[in-house]
Amino acid sequence: MTLYVLLEWVISFLLVAGGLFAFTGSLGMLQFKDFFMRLHGPTKGTTLGIGCILIASMLYFTVTQGDFHVQELLITLFLFITAPVTGHILAKTGLHMHLRFITGTRGATPEFLDEDVGQHRVERPPRPKRPKRRARARRWL
Amino acid sequence: MLDKALWISLTLIVLALAMNVIRLARGPDIPDRLLALDTMYVNSIALIVMLGLWLNTKTYFEAAMLIAMLGFVSTMAICRYLLRGDIIE
Repeated sequence: MTLYVLLEWVISFLLVAGGLFAFTGSLGMLQFKDFFMRLHGPTKGTTLGIGCILIASMLYFTVTQGDFHVQELLITLFLFITAPVTGHILAKTGLHMHLRFITGTRGATPEFLDEDVGQHRVERPPRPKRPKRRARARRWL
Repeated sequence: MLDKALWISLTLIVLALAMNVIRLARGPDIPDRLLALDTMYVNSIALIVMLGLWLNTKTYFEAAMLIAMLGFVSTMAICRYLLRGDIIE
């Protein structure tokens, strides 16, 4: 009986910790000033939070249904493998598009290769303009 | 005990999803919106797993797996498109 109480505490702790980590990751993504800073929150905090929640679910189903439950471990492994890859390619995309970043950080500036970084800043797509009424009328005439 | 923990965790995840939606609407550039969408995928996996805990069924893990794979593949495809102008060269 004590084992079950202890396991319930462990599962509850893992659930709350997972929710807190996911919340912190999204808060970082909302509040930081710069795309390269914003990248840090979801790739670390949210991944750890989802791992905690999936392991809590695995423990719960292992305890209540008796047999060992592996599917959540599979999802956790998949997410832990793919999150660094996603972060890396998103950072490459940000470098390629020359997004503006804050220059107050200390340390040497990194040297970029030409093949990694585009030649100029990729502008945002302009808002489509409505055709002027006079031109439209001329076309119809 | 488990009930309360589940409610707290659900509230936090839904707040995280709301913040992702704010960043998705406000993001100044395309990679910001892409990052917000990727985080929304991960948070929706958490929601589905907690739905499975709430209803006490094992049915939803395949859905969570599918969402994880599709999120990874779609983020990768859009990043490739932004980097190279093409997905499969």
